This record gives sequence, structure tokens and C-alpha cells, in this order.
Amino acid sequence: MSEQIKIREPLLVELSSPGRRGVRFPESDVPPAALPAGLVREDLPLPELSEVDVVRHYTRLSQFNHAVDIDFYPLGSCTMKYNPKVNEDMARLPGFAHVHPLQPEETVQGALAVMYYLQEYLKEITGLAGVSLQPAAGAHGELTGVLIIRAYHRSRGDARRNKILVPDSAHGTNPASSAMSGMRVVEIPSDARGNIDLAKLKAECDDTLAGLMITNPNTLGLFEEHIEEVVQAVHEAGGLVYGDGANLNALLGVARFGDMGFDVVHLNLHKTFSTPHGGGGPGSGPVAVAEHLVDFLPGPIAEIVDHDPDDDTPVFGLVMPKRSIGRVKAFYGHFGVMVRALTYILTLGAEGLRQVAEDAVLNANYLRVMLQDTYHIPYNRLCKHEFVAEGRWEDAPGVRALDISKRLMDFGFHPPTNYFPLIVHEALMIEPTETESKRTLDAFIAAMKQIAREARENPQVLHEAPHTTPFGRVDEVKAARELVLTWFDWAK
Amino acid sequence: MYTPLTPDERQAMLQAIGVERIEDLFADVPARYRYPKLNLPPAMSEMEVTAEMQNLAEANLTVQDFITFLGAGAYHHYIPAAVDHILRRGEFYTAYTPYQPEVSQGTLHAIFEFQSLVCALTGMETANASMYDGATAVAEAVNMAYHVFRGKRPKAVLSSALHPQYLATVHTYYDASDREIVVPHEGDPTPGPDALIEAIDERTSLVMVQYPDFLGRVYDLSALAQAAHDKGALFGVAVNPLALGLLKPPGDFGADIVTAEGQPLGIPLSFGGPYLGLFATRKKYVRKMAGRIVGETVDTRGQRAYVLTLTAREQHIRRARATSNICTNNALMALAATVYLGLLGKDGLRKVAEINYHKAHYAAQRLASLEGYELAFPEVPFFNEFTLKTPLPVAEINRRLLDYGILGGYDLAQDFPHLDRHMLIAVTEMNSKDQIDLLASALDEIARDAAA
Ligand SMILES: Cc1ncc(COP(=O)(O)O)c(C=O)c1O
Repeated sequence: MSEQIKIREPLLVELSSPGRRGVRFPESDVPPAALPAGLVREDLPLPELSEVDVVRHYTRLSQFNHAVDIDFYPLGSCTMKYNPKVNEDMARLPGFAHVHPLQPEETVQGALAVMYYLQEYLKEITGLAGVSLQPAAGAHGELTGVLIIRAYHRSRGDARRNKILVPDSAHGTNPASSAMSGMRVVEIPSDARGNIDLAKLKAECDDTLAGLMITNPNTLGLFEEHIEEVVQAVHEAGGLVYGDGANLNALLGVARFGDMGFDVVHLNLHKTFSTPHGGGGPGSGPVAVAEHLVDFLPGPIAEIVDHDPDDDTPVFGLVMPKRSIGRVKAFYGHFGVMVRALTYILTLGAEGLRQVAEDAVLNANYLRVMLQDTYHIPYNRLCKHEFVAEGRWEDAPGVRALDISKRLMDFGFHPPTNYFPLIVHEALMIEPTETESKRTLDAFIAAMKQIAREARENPQVLHEAPHTTPFGRVDEVKAARELVLTWFDWAK
Repeated sequence: MYTPLTPDERQAMLQAIGVERIEDLFADVPARYRYPKLNLPPAMSEMEVTAEMQNLAEANLTVQDFITFLGAGAYHHYIPAAVDHILRRGEFYTAYTPYQPEVSQGTLHAIFEFQSLVCALTGMETANASMYDGATAVAEAVNMAYHVFRGKRPKAVLSSALHPQYLATVHTYYDASDREIVVPHEGDPTPGPDALIEAIDERTSLVMVQYPDFLGRVYDLSALAQAAHDKGALFGVAVNPLALGLLKPPGDFGADIVTAEGQPLGIPLSFGGPYLGLFATRKKYVRKMAGRIVGETVDTRGQRAYVLTLTAREQHIRRARATSNICTNNALMALAATVYLGLLGKDGLRKVAEINYHKAHYAAQRLASLEGYELAFPEVPFFNEFTLKTPLPVAEINRRLLDYGILGGYDLAQDFPHLDRHMLIAVTEMNSKDQIDLLASALDEIARDAAA
């Protein structure tokens, strides 16, 4: 590091002192064995710290983060709702946290029940016939879903179907997941109202069509107005409809993918079902499918395999679906995340879930209407859980969405999602979620309006923002050019 | 409750929007789909839901209720208290992926440390900010190697002694694609690493083994690495990261990719997840690597700072041409591993690795001396897990062991029918000498009862 650079918080390696220790283990109570000749490492270049060093270091670091527990986090598409504390406690119950995945099934009946009931409730919520909880996140669920679509067509001797249609408004994982499974991706544009362009869609509906990946509500926060025709067109061409359920928060208890004719969807438990994002995971991306795809699900999944002869209580077991695509990861999925999601569903019940969707949509529309005179909203109609505004004005040349985002930090808010979806210039994608109060929304509206004024009157304050955060804007070009990716890179 | 709007506020907001009722906000949803009746249990208070979940939790037996010798890819280790205290900080666990560096330096800084620690451990030059687990990390290694050669080397040669669930995952990912997944001796994990050499050719992008392998064995991998490199292929190694506290890192053998299941580094068993996929490689391949990468830089105030870098590899920019589809990963578990490694440090990790080694070797020697039992691979070194030949089917032994309060080892017949009567036994710092002795006397009794 060059001399002038200020270090706000050292790295572990800089806090290290030779001979310092953080953890003591009991002395070994067995006679030592000879170490394997030629296979023992010479050097273990790890830092040396005490427990207090480590705890203070990470506590200080934590204070550099914005988080849902601190303030509003309207990051569009990410559903940054409040993560209930009781869910955390439940996931840490010893009976869940300290169970080995390969224990005999009779010793893990509670864990299998968690999986089984969560599968059942997700089926009910989506209106679909089968669920696998194995995928680890949304994108993993997408890959799983596309593999299921592919396996379905092949099972019918229809191996030519290798084309997946993806709207241009789709999240980047949709085309990436399709490509990863060996499919050909064809992008479909959106129309002037933000719906998928029906004519262009129909033109691609031929006998190579494997399926359509659609997000509903889409990433503009809009309910697809022609959803019935879209589904019909794909089905008539012999394709399947994949629903990216990342935006299910808008429709909980209001409408179900299964009823709309979707064949396969993934859900993001780390969005809709309140499990925390953890600074980038772990998530959980269960896949739900219609009847004709149930046998293709990855597994194993939890099922009732028997009943207790005495009291008729169910006996749970792990079962591989008959024509399963196979497993998509080790073990059964992110069980700890499942515990949190099940706790959430049980806490809310059907009415509570509907309340979630209603308040999420109410909050989003309230923000949209209160901001529509200040920010251009290109697809300005009734939205669902989020909406997308433009972060630019003709009379404020030079101000970009990024400036607005950075300035919002000075008000204590996390910025909206920037530059996604790609079909909106200088996109600010705003998703308030249901867990925000009107007071918070009003404060956000006031901040957004002040920023719009500043954009005209004092754009410098935007360009130089943020001002009040522990760190200013960072030099991304330097990071990419120098590629210092570990502290070992310093020496070079 | 988690929805703070009051009825009055809702009314005021509806008015501001210009609609009368909440239902009007869903007018764009076709009426025939609207408001299905959901058959879910009625809402519960926190008190009730806690009782309900506690009931389910108590229906499980835990590794703390048993004396545990079960491993096979997930291990019972001690987790220092401070790890979970850090994970429970809302500033960490209720944050998103650190897209906005000005308000995410906590996460970014910790990821930079994670990348550094993973490289220290594996002997690699660069690491990503995590994969989902050990299985998907291997699948991503196959994908990366394929892209390094721009698809011109479609073949990956994988060891039959990789964890069977990792192999299964790779098959699921790629069997229907144009990749060739070649597993010499598939279904029989017993051949050593040199058995792969014959399969390596100029169409091979990756040769990958596990270290220690699924049967617990530790081999010198230099010859295989050389054979892979001779044909121009990358050499990949899936490791148990705790073993690297003691064993030579794969970097020393010339590995180009190292993956791992990071669960042993401070992550609870949690019935199989969430765990942590580690992924490290040589710097020259960094642009082909999947996942998030954090780099060092400065901010406008001259402070050292961190930021997600090389994002042009990723799905949100590259879309269908991205190196991988991964987006959300297992960042919080990466934080757990970072804190764990920070706490244990140089001395602690070596110490716990040695304790595992010594205890497992004591156990192996005790069990092999029993009538009817023997080590399956007495000549091959191992770390904390080894394969024991048993006089009875393992399933039967394990049933009996439960009566002794012992969770027996993994029954290899589940994956390899010809390895019936082969038990994979894991011994960690959590097992005392007394527990090992109890296992020995229980196994002895079970064998004698059967013989009688
Ligand atoms: C619309 C949409 N689809 C898919 C994903 C991918 O989900 P994940 O990050 O869990 O892989 C996301 C979230 O990032 C998303 O917003």
C-alpha cells in the first residue's frame, strides 16, 4: 500500500501478532500417531489473533454496513423486508442446528417434517403439484427448472426443443441459467406498456421451443396484462412456461402461478419468505412444478412413507422422484433457511400472507404516485411490489441514477437497484416491501424530492455524494486494473 | 408484527393513490385467479410458533445426543462461541450483496479477508466469495475449465472417489449438454488417483480428484497433476479445508483449481445446509472464475476500501454469456469461516487438524485390532476419516450401535453395493478417547453376538 492511503480498519493480517491465540482446544487424550511422510505442509500462513481482536474487528466492520435492521432498504427485485428474529432462534434450536444430514431417518423425523410441511405449504401457495427444496438460491432454482423442462421434452422424444425465450426485462440469471443448461436463449422485447411483446413472442413459438422464462410481476413491477395469452401461445407450441418467482411477494394469497398455467417456478425464500440475505446469501430457491413434471424434480424430497401403526402419525422419509433429473447439490438444500421460512409461514397464515402482498403493493404504489411528478416513470401504471423510475432529467444534465443513489445514503437510506432492468434508462428500481411504515415512506419521498431539487440547484452535492457515510465513492477502475484480490497480492 | 401500516394509514395511502379499496390495486390480475382460498394453518403468535417449532426440533436426535462417528462430507466439529455472535449481528445478516460499496464496507472487507484466508489455506492465488456448497463448487470447476479452453476441450475426467453426491451433481448439471463427464471406474471408488491417468487426453479440460478422497485416503497427487499438465489440462482438487491445517496444500502439487466444502470451518451441521462452497484458482484464470470477487482500492477520501470487481464475468452484465449463473451465494457462511479461521489462526487450525488426525489414527488402530474388523486401506495415509471392513452389513451394525448411543459411520453400500461391509468412520476433536474405546467395545460385542 502506498503511504498516503488511510486505513480505517486494519485487515486480520495487520492485526496479527506472532504467538497470539484465539481458541484453545483440549489436549489430545490419545497417543500421537506418526504424521504422514511427505504430506505435511510446511507453512500455514494464517494470522494470529486473540478472541477480543477478532470480535472487535468484526463488530467495527459491521458498523460500516447498511442493513435492514438499520433503516430502509428499497433495493428493487431483492425484497429487502424485515427478517423476523424468532426465525433466527428457531434455525438455531439444537434439534435443527446439530443434526447430521446422513443420520438414520427415524432419528430425524422432525427435520423431515419441516421439509414436508414447507413443501406442502409452498404447493398450496403456488397452486402447483410438487416441490423440491434442494436448490440453493434463485439462480440455482432456474437452472433446475430448465433442466426439468429439458428432461420433460426428452422423455417425450422431443429432443429438438432447445430454445428458451427470455424477455429483455428479465433478470440476468434467467438467460445465464438457460445457457448453462445448454439451451439456446432468444430474447423477446417488451412492448410500450411494459408487457412482453406478444407478436414477437408468437413468432418464436415453433417446434424448437422448449419454454419461456417469465417473471410475473415482471421486473418493472408490472403484472403481465396478457398472461393468459402468453401461457396459451407457449403451450400451443408445445413449450413449457417457467415462472421466475422472485417477485412472488406481490401475489402472496392474491394469485397463484399454478392457476395461471405455469408449469414450473422457483421461489426465493430469501426474498418472499423473509429469510435474511446474509450479505449475499445463503438463499434457498425451491422449485415448484405442475403435475406432469413432478416425477422430474431433483431430490431427494420429503414424503410421508408410512403411518405409525399405534397412533397413525405420519412417518417421513426421503424419496427420489421416479424420473428425477438427479440431485443439484449435496444433501437436501439449505435446511436452516427452510426452518426460517416455515416459521414465517406458520406465523402469518393465509391471511397474513395476503396482508404481506397487499401492503407491499400499497407501499409501492404510494411511493410511485408520490414521486411520479418528480421522477419520470416510463411505464407508469398500477404497479405491484415495485416500480422503476428514471434517474435523470433534461434540465439536470450530468446527473445520473448513480448520483441519486449515492445521495440517498446521506439520508440514511439504501439506494434502489441501479441499471436494472436494462430496458429503462438510468433505472432506479424501488421496492419498499410491506415491512415499512408510512412514516418511513414519507421520509424517503421527502429525500427523493430534495435530491431532485438539488439536481438542478446544486448538482455538485450529488456528484460528490455520499457525504455522511464512513466511506466515499470507491475507485472501481483501480480495483479492476490492479486486481489486488488478497493480501498476498500486496507483495507483488 | 411485521407489517406496520395502520388501517388509517392504509386509507390515507389509498386515497393518495386514487383508489378506493386495496382490491383495486390488483385490478390487473385476471379476476378468475384473484384471491384463491389457501388451505394453510391459522396464523400463530410468536409464543405458539416457538412451541410448534420446538416440538419439531425435539423430534430429532442430534449429534449432541449421540456419540458421533458419522462424516461423509459433513462433520461434527467444535464451533467457538464468537462465530455465531458475529453472524447474529443484524448489520451483517440483514444486508444484501454489497453492490453499494460506500455502505457495504463491512461485508466487502470481510470477503477480502475470506479470499485471502482461502488462498492461504489452499495455496492458490485467488478465490471467489463463495459457492453454494462442495458439490456445486465441483460443478463450477468443470464449467470454468470448459470455458478456459473455450469449449474446445469438452471432457472432464473426474475421480470415482469424489463424494458420490458431488459426482451426481455434476452429472445433473452437464449430462444433457455437450460436456463429456468421464469418471473412470465410476461406481468403484477404490482405485487410487493414478487410475485416472489413462483417461486424460488432449480433449480433457479438467482432471479432478478429492483430497482426502471420499474413502478418507490421502494420496500424493504430484504424478496425477503432472499427467494432467502434460496433456495441457487443468488439475482440480476438492479438499476438506480442515485437513489443510496439517496436510500439504493442493497448490504444492500444482493444482489449478481447488474447491471445498467449507462446512468444517465453523458451520453447524444443520441437516445438510446451508454450508459453504470454496473455490480458488490461479490468478491467470480469474476472468473465467464464477461468482463474486472483491478487490482492493481507495475511496474519494483516500481511504483503503473494497469493491466487487471483474463484474463483467457475471450474469447481471453478461447474461447468457456469463461464466456462470450464480448470483446469491453463501456469503454469511463465508463470514462464519472467516471468523472461525481468524479465531483459530495459524496455531489453532494446525492444532485442531492434528487432534483430528491423532484421534482418527487411534480409533483406526483400535478398531483394526478387533476380531473380524480390518482397515480397508491399511497402507494409505488418511486424515480424520477412514474405511473399516466389518464382519456384518454396516446397516445392521449401525442399528445396533444406536442402542449404545452411538451414531455409527457411513454405510458405503448405500452408494457402492460391492462395498457392503465397509464403514466410513469420521473421528474429530469432539470424540474423546473414552468414546472411541466405547465404539471399539460395542463393535466387538456386536461381532461376537453375531458369531454366537
Ligand atoms: C427477478 C430475479 N430473478 C432471479 C434472481 C436470482 O436469485 P438469486 O440471487 O437467489 O440466485 C433475482 C435476484 O437476484 C431476481 O431479482
